[in-house]
Amino acid sequence: MAEKPRIKLPKEAAKGEIIQIKTLVSHVMESGQRKDAQGKPIPRKIINGFTCELNGKPVFACTLEPAISANPYIQFNARIEEAGTFKFAWTDDDGSVITAEEKIALKA
Amino acid sequence: MTAINRRQAFALGGGFVALTMMPMAAHAQVSNDAAQSIAKFTGGKEPTKGRIALDLPEIAENGNTVPLVLNVESPMTADSYVKEVMIVADGNPNSGVATLMFTPLSGKAEASIRIRLAATQNVIAIARMSDGSLFTERKTVKVTIGGCGG
Amino acid sequence: MQYRYVGLVAAALAAVALGGVCASAQEAERKGIPAPRGHVFKTIISGYEFRTKETRALQDDDLENPGFLAVERAADVWKKAEGNEGKSCMSCHGEAEKSMNGVGAAMPKWDDKLNKPVNLEQRINICRTEKMKAEPWAFRSQPLTDMTAFVRYQSRGMPVSVKTDGPILQWFERGKQIYYTRYGQLDLACESCHERNNGKFMRADFLSQGQTNGFPTYRLRDQRLVPLHERFEGCMFDVRAEPFKPLSDEFLALELYVAWRGIGLPVETPAVRN
Repeated sequence: MAEKPRIKLPKEAAKGEIIQIKTLVSHVMESGQRKDAQGKPIPRKIINGFTCELNGKPVFACTLEPAISANPYIQFNARIEEAGTFKFAWTDDDGSVITAEEKIALKA
Repeated sequence: MTAINRRQAFALGGGFVALTMMPMAAHAQVSNDAAQSIAKFTGGKEPTKGRIALDLPEIAENGNTVPLVLNVESPMTADSYVKEVMIVADGNPNSGVATLMFTPLSGKAEASIRIRLAATQNVIAIARMSDGSLFTERKTVKVTIGGCGG
Repeated sequence: MQYRYVGLVAAALAAVALGGVCASAQEAERKGIPAPRGHVFKTIISGYEFRTKETRALQDDDLENPGFLAVERAADVWKKAEGNEGKSCMSCHGEAEKSMNGVGAAMPKWDDKLNKPVNLEQRINICRTEKMKAEPWAFRSQPLTDMTAFVRYQSRGMPVSVKTDGPILQWFERGKQIYYTRYGQLDLACESCHERNNGKFMRADFLSQGQTNGFPTYRLRDQRLVPLHERFEGCMFDVRAEPFKPLSDEFLALELYVAWRGIGLPVETPAVRN
């Protein structure tokens, strides 16, 4: 079940300003190292990648391994040269993608 | 204040000692694929120590959720920026943790994530700059297992 | 000497030695609230104060706090009609921000009809079965823990204010009796750790006062929200006792009594703990 990711960033920024972006998404991040009560290995299921772009230009991305805690938290920055739309995408091992968008305006 | 008696001290402290000792024992003998991962990333080139600030707790409250803040010194302009930073842990079942990819639009080569550490071990970051140069930093994090939270 | 015994002696010595040093180093920083007259503690201290600065930081920022994933899930469920009556929580209670304000800080609370106290989980399920004609949620299930956290969150910052007089008094006394009873192979009571030895470094961790103001709480160990009775079970398991059942009369009485031990502490749900 894809839930709404939690994202925090300012609504507007001055041209050239560097803003901080915080993201948190609900995911079990099953490492593939654990066994169930019957001793059977629990298959790996993690968010293995994340990307953030602003108006189609890459801002930040990462690949993630099972050593990332459940409910992955990713914090990074962005330099704002223009108003526009941030697109965020979290890719699951099963191929599904959690997406979100946030707008940013330029301070007058 | 009443001192804990001998029996209680044993009961509270001793019960899970086997568990608390395990990670240290494991640390001494196990080495995962960290060296190979680093070699693959660097192409065998020796990274220079420095320019990276790796902020991790000296002692993790819980190995399941260890906050990590990475900061690489760089002007982050189109001419000179941090391209990617590989983070590995040398005492987990697999060394991989994350690879962070920056662009000049990142503004700062700074990121924060939360990681799992199975035992006391080194966390190593290697940064590749836009000119191809490599920098590295490492931190040892003590992970204790055995508390009531463990 | 057998390996096992070497370990026991080492651990016992380490526990005592570290207990002295680390506790005093951190104690000065631990802030609490003055306890009312006749209380067991002079100062009532939240579990927050016993955690590292990194763990506290996770709780301090609502975006970084993973417990809010549960709160947000339940905020959606609050509005969703379920069961044969076609009702949602909202159908009767309106906006939770108003109607639930203060409710979670005063639980468990006496219920005249049932002639016993009920806690938040039980109250939510009573609503589901009686008013919504929906299936009750299982204890420890994600929807029940989410909703418990969501309702309790509406009291965040408000003082824990359970009533202990009147007909509920005998439940309070029962809870107190359980608190001071030694259980399990390790022969320990709640009191052994959380009253007599809180602040000491034990088993690579600081013993807290065992306060409940942050529950359901996001535990780093479990990487999810943990309801209070699951934590009680964990404590009893740790002392190698046969735990009481979640939502049993025993744990309900204990929940009431332990809530009183934290009277006046601000509700921190969803807190972040080890």
